[in-house]
Amino acid sequence: MFPKQSVVAMILAGGQGSRLGVLTDKLAKPAVPYGGKYRIIDFALSNCVNSGIEAVGVLTQYQPLVLNEYIGNGQPWDLDTMSSGLQILPPYQRSRGADWYKGTANAIYQNIDYISRYNPDYVVVLSGDHIYKMDYSKMVAYHKEKNASCTVASIEVPLEEASRFGILNVNEDNSIYEFEEKPKKPKSTKASMGVYVFTWSKLQVYLKEDEEDAKSSKDFGKNVLPNMLNSGEKLFAYDFHGYWKDVGTIESLWESNMDLLNPNTKFDLNDDSFKVYSRSPVMPPQYIADTANVKNSIISDGCNIYGNVDFSVLFNGVYIGKDASIQESIIMPGVKIEPGASVKYAIISENTIVRKGAKIGAKPHEVSKGEKWGITVIGDNIVIGDDVEIKAKSMIKDSIMHNEKSRKEVAIV
Amino acid sequence: MRGNNVLGIIFSSIGENFIRELTEQRTMASVPFGGRYRLIDFPLSNMVNSGINKVAVITKSNYQSLMNHLGSGKSWDLSRKRDGLFIFPPFGNSNKDFKSRISMLSAIINFIKNSKEEYVLLSDCNTICNIDFRKVLDEHVKNKADITLIYRKDVILKKVDTLTLNLRANKRVEEIKIQPKDVGTCNVYMNMSIINKDLLIHFISKCISENKCDYNRDVLIANVSNFRFFAYEFKGFSRDIMSLGSFFEANMLLMNNEIRNELFSRDVPIYTKVRDDMPTRYGESSNVKNSLIGNGCVIDGNVENSIIFKGVKIGKGTKVSNCIIMQDTSIGTDCKLSYIIADKDIKINNERILMGFRSYPVYISKASVV
Repeated sequence: MFPKQSVVAMILAGGQGSRLGVLTDKLAKPAVPYGGKYRIIDFALSNCVNSGIEAVGVLTQYQPLVLNEYIGNGQPWDLDTMSSGLQILPPYQRSRGADWYKGTANAIYQNIDYISRYNPDYVVVLSGDHIYKMDYSKMVAYHKEKNASCTVASIEVPLEEASRFGILNVNEDNSIYEFEEKPKKPKSTKASMGVYVFTWSKLQVYLKEDEEDAKSSKDFGKNVLPNMLNSGEKLFAYDFHGYWKDVGTIESLWESNMDLLNPNTKFDLNDDSFKVYSRSPVMPPQYIADTANVKNSIISDGCNIYGNVDFSVLFNGVYIGKDASIQESIIMPGVKIEPGASVKYAIISENTIVRKGAKIGAKPHEVSKGEKWGITVIGDNIVIGDDVEIKAKSMIKDSIMHNEKSRKEVAIV
Repeated sequence: MRGNNVLGIIFSSIGENFIRELTEQRTMASVPFGGRYRLIDFPLSNMVNSGINKVAVITKSNYQSLMNHLGSGKSWDLSRKRDGLFIFPPFGNSNKDFKSRISMLSAIINFIKNSKEEYVLLSDCNTICNIDFRKVLDEHVKNKADITLIYRKDVILKKVDTLTLNLRANKRVEEIKIQPKDVGTCNVYMNMSIINKDLLIHFISKCISENKCDYNRDVLIANVSNFRFFAYEFKGFSRDIMSLGSFFEANMLLMNNEIRNELFSRDVPIYTKVRDDMPTRYGESSNVKNSLIGNGCVIDGNVENSIIFKGVKIGKGTKVSNCIIMQDTSIGTDCKLSYIIADKDIKINNERILMGFRSYPVYISKASVV
């Protein structure tokens, strides 16, 4: 028998994150590196432990190898406890056939047995791909106080961006009367953060009902929540005021990393009372050489810096050669930038080598007319050859050893 | 593959009298080093990387910080059901003094007897190196040795508490000298040795019954001609922490890229307890040259030729040069520090000027306010 846990958390970590392109080619979005030493899922996991939640299920599906390896038994988050702790929940085969997780609601439905063995009162369902620090226990307390069936965490977003989110329309007491998924003309700026608290006895009923509905797309936002609302259940919005970012696109991932460099951002990862935990490799401290010039940046263990770094986030084990220049960029673990190379407004993925004199990306004012500007993304474990130039807004998956021009020259010879 | 018939024993307190300042509130083993490590990380990681599964750490006093650092041994993969890390605080009812290696070993004699390993590796904590003990064991077995002493060729400048070895061509030890008359290049014993377990037990009980307590004198020097003593030369980088000066210099040597790569090799890493700090933040006005910096720092000032441990804060307009600043120390704005060894949790207020000299770095003790 498992001891009762009044709250069980379920983290949805199976998403592909296709808008992140090459970054999620070989790993699930929650495993994408963030902030110099973290992976995105560290935030959801750390929030759970910091909220006192002891039973955490992580639902995986898309490219789970890196994610599974990273989460392991949950030890870095203190979730390797004896009778509860962390459990990775992939889709599985059962006597009447096998299914992938067909939607967020279906994923929880398929794991009713896992949740039930703790006999919980409440279930927190959250996505593993958001950057924020939140105490879920306060939200559960609010849920109890309101005697709600479901509470949805909400954040104020600018009106012009509201049509990108699921919008909650609420009464004066914060009870929800309508959901609008990505509305063209939003009536409110209260966006759902994808964090839900359910009363478990109620949720089971609606999950089973939704599963039997062949037309349903098995999604919380589209199906389960509107169904609950239509059946007269009490749904409340829970206002969250801290930093929150959905890092689903290259631009938002880049911005959210840059937010860490801004002293005015109210997002302190060094706060001892609410730490963000991660699995850290053991590496020597970072070395900043005589020839280096480092400003406005975040740099992690094991880096060797001989060049110039400004407004950038460098993960562990990065090497920056002499006279190389890194500006407004994110350099992921194990990347080597050789002397004289320049990187601007770019994300360079793990273990890639940028050879001498290569030029990656451009500043917004540097692109010529008619060309589009954007963040340049370089995939993992590839090589960008000597003096190769990569244009702004490119997304590079395979090694490039020569510029197009010189490639032709080679062909003529 | 793990497990290789060797029991590791680490003396956590030997040499504390050499650096009174740093060991006032901690053991030798928990003296901070190199921006994020403690001295014990070196022997402990070397043992683990050499496949040793069972390590005993013997403590004498002031071992709070050491216990805190080691915990269950998880960081070194030594938190295990089978074997793992064993910490031995002084044994309550033994009236013997706990100062010498002999009395420490005799206090854990039953543990040694009950261990199934055939060999014992004894090591102190004050030598910085990355060594593969498997090679030493291979030599030990090949030579059918009773004891294999690990040494390096080094120049002895001062007559300190060091043993030197005179060797035959086949590396058999002919003579061991303590505080030799002739200083110069010698074979310097690194206070690490592999010894057959049964012989070690014999030596300990013999010494105790004869009231002899000096391991170096009464075990090593006394028996060198009666038993098969062999030597193994370690050719890599190593430094002994024998004084505040050598502590300072050994730290500063880490600025050398080659030394750093050898000591903290990616294939055989030095493990340590990891704290969940965020990476270090460099501000608009920061200017850092030739320095080693731990995670969790916030740097807004100038840093040069210095070792900055995790969680240190350096304010705007402050100049830190040739310093060792230990963890969580916070330095205000417009300060000037040169040749300072600042211990943990110190607060240095704005506009303070602290100067030491190369040959005499000034030490500031733990948790003080300047």
